[in-house]
Amino acid sequence: MSDPVTSPTPFPAAGNISDAEREDLRRHGILMTSLEELHNWGRSNSIWPLQFGLACCAIEMIAAATARFDIARFGAEIFRPSPRQADLMIVSGTVTKKMAPQVIRLWNQMPEPKYCIAMGACAISGGPFKQGYNVLKGIDRFIPVDIYIPGCPPRPEALLNGLIQLQKQIKAEQLTGPNAARFTRPEEPSEFPIPAYGAHDLVPTKNDALWAPPTPEAKA
Amino acid sequence: METLEQIRARLLLAYPAAQITFVTNPGPAAEHSLLIEATHAVEIARWLRDDTALHLDYCSNATGVDWPDKTITDVATTTEPDPAGGPAKTVETKTTRLQPGYLEAIYHLYSIALKQGPVVIRLRTANRTDAVTLPSLTPIWRSCDFQEREIFDLYGIIFSGHPDLRRLLMWDEFKDHPMRKDYVEPDDYEWEPTAHGAVLERAKPHQSAAAAPALKTGGTP
Repeated sequence: MSDPVTSPTPFPAAGNISDAEREDLRRHGILMTSLEELHNWGRSNSIWPLQFGLACCAIEMIAAATARFDIARFGAEIFRPSPRQADLMIVSGTVTKKMAPQVIRLWNQMPEPKYCIAMGACAISGGPFKQGYNVLKGIDRFIPVDIYIPGCPPRPEALLNGLIQLQKQIKAEQLTGPNAARFTRPEEPSEFPIPAYGAHDLVPTKNDALWAPPTPEAKA
Repeated sequence: METLEQIRARLLLAYPAAQITFVTNPGPAAEHSLLIEATHAVEIARWLRDDTALHLDYCSNATGVDWPDKTITDVATTTEPDPAGGPAKTVETKTTRLQPGYLEAIYHLYSIALKQGPVVIRLRTANRTDAVTLPSLTPIWRSCDFQEREIFDLYGIIFSGHPDLRRLLMWDEFKDHPMRKDYVEPDDYEWEPTAHGAVLERAKPHQSAAAAPALKTGGTP
């Protein structure tokens, strides 16, 4: 999968004029854009996160919403208490195995286009509690994660940076064509299977279609 | 506050049939405790709470301990006279015995009214497998409710007389007791990038399997 953030033509539908020419026109009061760019500009600057927190990372997420860090500067201050109204799920904190089915159920209830940020070491991999008996070793074993924010917990600035990275990703998404964004393709899954509570562990322990252990890097 | 020995002596006066053992703590904290027989535990707990000198009206902490089967080696030293008339020999005879395991519930009691405490009492199960029932002290101290549920969840002690004995941390379908020493955790060590020690041992079979080219998979999408 090519990295949409660093792809060479971020706004391919903007026509055949260069950025410098567009800037020149803008100085003369002529705004040239494309529907795709306008659409992505709008939704990237109005991301509504789902209002839920799991552990101490949620405190940093709350701090990011306060006046000092002010996530409203990036248009993401409207934390929605309903998954039906949310665009972004910030998995902020330790996902216990008991909580994991509920997190996945919330993700399934969110409408497309939706994005997921794994905030902090626990949401990424289980973190300091990785070998605990009730800790899921990363939420990406069950739902797709767009942005990983390392830290224990990450500072609010790190969350803001993760949000900016997500905005870049959204702005680079294409709505049509062969490289169209995931949410525009009907064959891509929007809902993911919810694991059941087993006698010893979650059943299944991971979504095999979504996650497989990465191959270890060869040591140079 | 009176010492634990004095409390024990007064308890034995009140309940002559009860078996109350003084358990010393050899550590620097020296927080000794009273091991109380399960059959008399509820009446003794009520006595501790209602006694005017003690008035232990608050149970701040209830926790469990798992003591697995333990092999204890006793060394007995005997002196044998040398038949040849030389100096007597000392002979060490080692005998091993199996101390059967048990589960323990430990309660830390304080008196808010008299500002004193703690008094630590212990209850022991007969074994770790089938006779794991202890009387619940929740009817005496309301604060034991969730803590006894936690002990039930993580250690598997069944508290008879508990008003609402369900699992607290794990889900209801879960069968194991994770804080027991012989708990076998699920084998989900397939991705341990910074493994060391015991985790490395668990991760090694997965790592050798992942190194095989047939299972080469590409990480997160």
